[in-house]
Amino acid sequence: MEILVCVKRVPDTAENEFELNSAGNDLDRDDLVYSVNEWDNYAVEEAIQIVDNVGGSVTVVTVGDDESEEVLRREMAMGANNGVLLSDDAFEGSDGKGIAAILKAEIEKGKYDLILTGAQADEGAGQVGGMLAAMLDYPYASLVNKIEVVDDATIKVGREIEGGNQEMNQIQLPCVLSIQTGINEPRYVGIRGIRKVASVDIPVKGAGDLGIDAATVGGAGAKTKRVDYFVPDLGEGAEMLEGSTDEIIEKLIEKLKAKGGL
Amino acid sequence: MTQIFAYIPFKNGSAEDVALEYPAAAGKIDPNADLTAVVTGAGPDLDAVAEEMAKTYKAVIKISHADLDYPNAELVRKAMTDVLPHDAVILVPHDTFGMDLAPGLSVKMDAAYAADIVDFEGLEGTTLKMIRQELGGAVYTHVTSDISSGAVITIRPGSFAPIEAGSAGGTAIDKSEEVKELSAKRKFLEIVEAEVGDVDITKSDVLVSIGRGIEDEENIEIAQELAEAMGAVVSCSRPIVDAKWLEKSRQVGTSGQTVKPKVYMAMGISGSFQHLGGVKGNPFIVAVNKNPKAPIFQVADVGIVEDILEFMPELTEAIKSQ
Ligand SMILES: Cc1cc2nc3c(=O)[nH]c(=O)nc-3n(C[C@H](O)[C@H](O)[C@H](O)COP(=O)(O)OP(=O)(O)OC[C@H]3O[C@@H](n4cnc5c(N)ncnc54)[C@H](O)[C@@H]3O)c2cc1C
Ligand SMILES: Nc1ncnc2c1ncn2[C@@H]1O[C@H](COP(=O)(O)O)[C@@H](O)[C@H]1O
Repeated sequence: MEILVCVKRVPDTAENEFELNSAGNDLDRDDLVYSVNEWDNYAVEEAIQIVDNVGGSVTVVTVGDDESEEVLRREMAMGANNGVLLSDDAFEGSDGKGIAAILKAEIEKGKYDLILTGAQADEGAGQVGGMLAAMLDYPYASLVNKIEVVDDATIKVGREIEGGNQEMNQIQLPCVLSIQTGINEPRYVGIRGIRKVASVDIPVKGAGDLGIDAATVGGAGAKTKRVDYFVPDLGEGAEMLEGSTDEIIEKLIEKLKAKGGL
Repeated sequence: MTQIFAYIPFKNGSAEDVALEYPAAAGKIDPNADLTAVVTGAGPDLDAVAEEMAKTYKAVIKISHADLDYPNAELVRKAMTDVLPHDAVILVPHDTFGMDLAPGLSVKMDAAYAADIVDFEGLEGTTLKMIRQELGGAVYTHVTSDISSGAVITIRPGSFAPIEAGSAGGTAIDKSEEVKELSAKRKFLEIVEAEVGDVDITKSDVLVSIGRGIEDEENIEIAQELAEAMGAVVSCSRPIVDAKWLEKSRQVGTSGQTVKPKVYMAMGISGSFQHLGGVKGNPFIVAVNKNPKAPIFQVADVGIVEDILEFMPELTEAIKSQ
């Protein structure tokens, strides 16, 4: 099975305290720690496991800048066979459809049976996979937490729905799936693994190579645009308990008693 | 006048809560909007929902087809693309069905797409300004969509004040005839129910709930000791279940359990909407998090900026010595 996994480099929510820049129109990105989108690691792990079982190869692709190359290398250290970086100034400011259109152009240059994305990325949109499928006229399933290969042309997938129930579906290949966390346990990548792929060649393709009209992607082609970042005035929020740990605990115990917590 | 269509999801013949939230959302997009409910399905359940919706919406479009009995997103998309005008604004909930349907629908309608919208700031010309969150709720953003050739927008359930189901005296128009052929390369097989675990977290008045801040499987003991001292039960956020540190039945959230405790202790949980979506009944929420900017502090009653690995044992000791 030839599998393509779409991955994205994102600010790590566990490692950062997000601040706005002085102009207030963007995050202060100077000291941000970036990593691979959490969901994408599960997608790559799943692809590797499928190929281990039925043969084939795993390619990872991202639309991003030079620095995005590091996430491709990380996923190759996990076991992906190939990486492709789609990068061009014309891609900057793309909305979900722009990203999907760029990925589609690359997909049409290859021959993939299965295309995986994460269920969502840093923007919490969960849009690229479903758009890509519709553009390719492939079937799609979102929030996939189980994949079972039936034969060359069919797979069974479980979708995680409300309450943790699972919706089982049969899907024809080729198809696009968005992968939910928990489907597997992504393998650990050590320094040695990264070193092994440090000098592997990763092709970089731009709009010209992909045959994309620059006016249809990037900021120029985007119907949906982010205007700014802001921190809303949310009223009072929580009453913050301050002081020494002992003082805080004393206040907290009072409150817990009053509210039936003790 | 903006034409807005609201997709009504339903189960067992009754519409989901979001059906009463759309009117407020539509009013914020354009107070003069022309709002129509759209229901797709088959049989008596569909008829019941169409009738129920006619009490709230002046206009209801009903699309009936045997193959739509189970809402397979690919088929629903085809039906809607056949029936709805292509410059329409279509509202869908940002839930597991909406995430399946909406992105592809926007491609087939050749419309703008905006996901997980929590508020609208109104329409200027054909530019619609909206509010959403990024990075798990850590920051907010304004986004605009050019809706001149329509838009598909998913709204976050619970973000718009529900209206009372009234007596709009609407009528359901059957548009089933306008659907062309319905076939899909994806076929629904069955629903596998979530496993029942050994502890029922929905029965506990007090929950000590741990998130990724617990850092290591071994540290879960610390939370168990606190829970024991409080007479509480340990629940958790999703990453703890993904890591297989606790069983799925302990997960609070939209894809886990819905709990209604009196007191909810959120320990090292950032406060994503999918997590908070499972915390109902307005409990007293105590949040302990080492990041003073964690979004959980916006919804908690009491906030404490501390390392839970140090704070929980001290709290346990203090409670025991009472
Ligand atoms: C369709 C869908 C359904 C989902 N369903 C659910 C669901 O049902 N339930 C659910 O929980 N999530 C769900 N999620 C995932 C959700 O989006 C978040 O990723 C998740 O809730 C984050 O969990 P968390 O808060 O524990 O982790 P994080 O967001 O990583 O937050 C960890 C927090 O711990 C703090 N912290 C770290 N170390 C310490 C320390 N030592 N002391 C104190 N604080 C510390 C950090 O500052 C941070 O705020 C779903 C996602 C999707 C896409
Ligand atoms: N710039 C990108 N390059 C490659 N894949 C992407 C990119 N943005 C999003 N994706 C894929 O789409 C998934 C969902 O992201 P989103 O639709 O942005 O929430 C991610 O997990 C990736 O698999």
